[in-house]
Amino acid sequence: MKTIYKRPESLTANATIYCPGCGHGIIQRTIAEVIDELGIREKTVGVAPVGCSVLSYDYFNMDVSEAAHGRAPAVATGIKRCLPERIVFTYQGDGDLAAIGTAEIVHAAARGENITVIFVNNAVYGMTKGQMAPTTLLGQRTTTSQKGRTPENNGFPVRVCEMLSALEGTTYLERTTIGSIPDIIKTKRAIKKAFTYQIEGLGFSLVEVLSTCPTNWKMPVSDAMKWVNGVMTVTFPPGVYKDKAAFDKSSDKRDEEK
Amino acid sequence: MKKVLLNGCEASAEGALAAGCRFYAGYPITPQNRFPEYMSERMPEEGGVFIQAESEVSAINMVYGASAAGFRAMTSSSSPGISLKQEGISYLAGAELPAVIVNMNRAGPGLGDVTPSQSDYFQSTRGGGHGDYRTISLAPWSVQEIYDLTYKAFDLADKYRNPVIVHADGITAQIMEAVELHLRRKRLPEKKWALTGCRDRMPHSVKSLALTPGVLETHNWKMAGKYRKIEQREILCSKYMCEDANLLVVSFGTCARICYDAISMAREEGIKAGLFRPVTLWPFPYEELARQAGKAKKIFVVEMNLGQMIDDVRIAVKNNIRIFFYGRPGGGVPSSEEIFKEIKKI
Repeated sequence: MKTIYKRPESLTANATIYCPGCGHGIIQRTIAEVIDELGIREKTVGVAPVGCSVLSYDYFNMDVSEAAHGRAPAVATGIKRCLPERIVFTYQGDGDLAAIGTAEIVHAAARGENITVIFVNNAVYGMTKGQMAPTTLLGQRTTTSQKGRTPENNGFPVRVCEMLSALEGTTYLERTTIGSIPDIIKTKRAIKKAFTYQIEGLGFSLVEVLSTCPTNWKMPVSDAMKWVNGVMTVTFPPGVYKDKAAFDKSSDKRDEEK
Repeated sequence: MKKVLLNGCEASAEGALAAGCRFYAGYPITPQNRFPEYMSERMPEEGGVFIQAESEVSAINMVYGASAAGFRAMTSSSSPGISLKQEGISYLAGAELPAVIVNMNRAGPGLGDVTPSQSDYFQSTRGGGHGDYRTISLAPWSVQEIYDLTYKAFDLADKYRNPVIVHADGITAQIMEAVELHLRRKRLPEKKWALTGCRDRMPHSVKSLALTPGVLETHNWKMAGKYRKIEQREILCSKYMCEDANLLVVSFGTCARICYDAISMAREEGIKAGLFRPVTLWPFPYEELARQAGKAKKIFVVEMNLGQMIDDVRIAVKNNIRIFFYGRPGGGVPSSEEIFKEIKKI
């Protein structure tokens, strides 16, 4: 008999305590598959800060450091600068990365730290039960924006890929979703590229994955999946926001052709 | 051995480098700006990593990462910056990561002033951040001593897997004195717990979160045992003319140095004064102070603050002896003559 589907070596056998329909399981498995395929599990160090994402230290079968809320890019900087041959990634949610940790993510990106950031954007604070996030959509109801987010009271959602693309220090920025199987495959391709760039020493990469939180969105799982691709992508269009390495490679090729 | 002229920031940095510190992250703040400037030159010369962080918050978290990776790592700052680092220090303590934090104490509260002060005593000795934890706090009184104690701080941090504070002030940071750079750590302790990638072993994690009921309490009790060991083993204090003293002056750091001259003046006038100087602010030398105080009739506490160490002095001597206090908060620095005048009043 041929095994066609099994747990990646980079995931532990622990059962996750995530809610039904939560995107973390899909994204963490995708990261684990990529790490397996690249054969880097034994030299990878993950950094998990605060939020539902912190629990990933129980699920990734590799060295993992916890970080204070928002501080994962600073912790990752410390690890990577000391151990430049290791592969270092952070796994951060939207409250963590785009609110309390904005200074850390912006400056790690500006310095061009050779790390990989997996940014899970589900437009809500999950672990604390559904408060408004920096990425909450206009009109979206949360426990701290019960009539829906308004620009007057709450300002506008933060578009992380767009914002970081203005920084010279960033090498690769892509936004993907887990809203469909083809999208999950695209997400995996993006995550693999981000890790590959780090292995090649090309600098800072971030993959923003639009994900689900059916519990706090108060939606059935199937609706949540539809909401990611149908609604979230209007505010957060998927796509490659920067790929300096691909650009450099193609311009090298053009130079050669000349 | 040949001596070199350094200020306190430079000497502390040299002590760190001699101890094998190979990671420094910092952020500018007066009166310790020379620290990151000096490290930006010297750290790469020693093959280490220097990063100017975007904030004190980020700097302490970079130190957290470097320490988790098994490196001897440090940061330096001054009072408002140390307040910002408290979150990180609490996480270091919780995750049992060694690190050294140098505080060149300036006057507060708030933005305060850039003048020297000792008003972060509570912060250094009572934990500073949230949670049940302690940080070893070393208080040098000279440029030579900040070199020696910074070196020692790294050994203590590794020995107990705990953050260590070097509690100096703006004067020690900026005065220049001749220093003997006599130390050099050749072999560093092995850190089997470090995050280096899980080749040929089970994965490690570095964390302070413990959601399973009871686990955090057990962890706290384990740390309590560690703190007790530190209290039993690591107390440092120095004494000057205490043997026959009937007035025991208790002071630390720069202020103790000012008291030292005041005591010489008192002795010349036949006043039997002696100086008791805690070098470790935590663990505090309670027993030794109680012993010395037993021989003296009065205690005179002098601090560059409103009286913070005086709480520890009271714990040491209870109500058995009269305690006098003279303090200068908000950046006031007393002169030896001023303290001598106060001694005469007692």
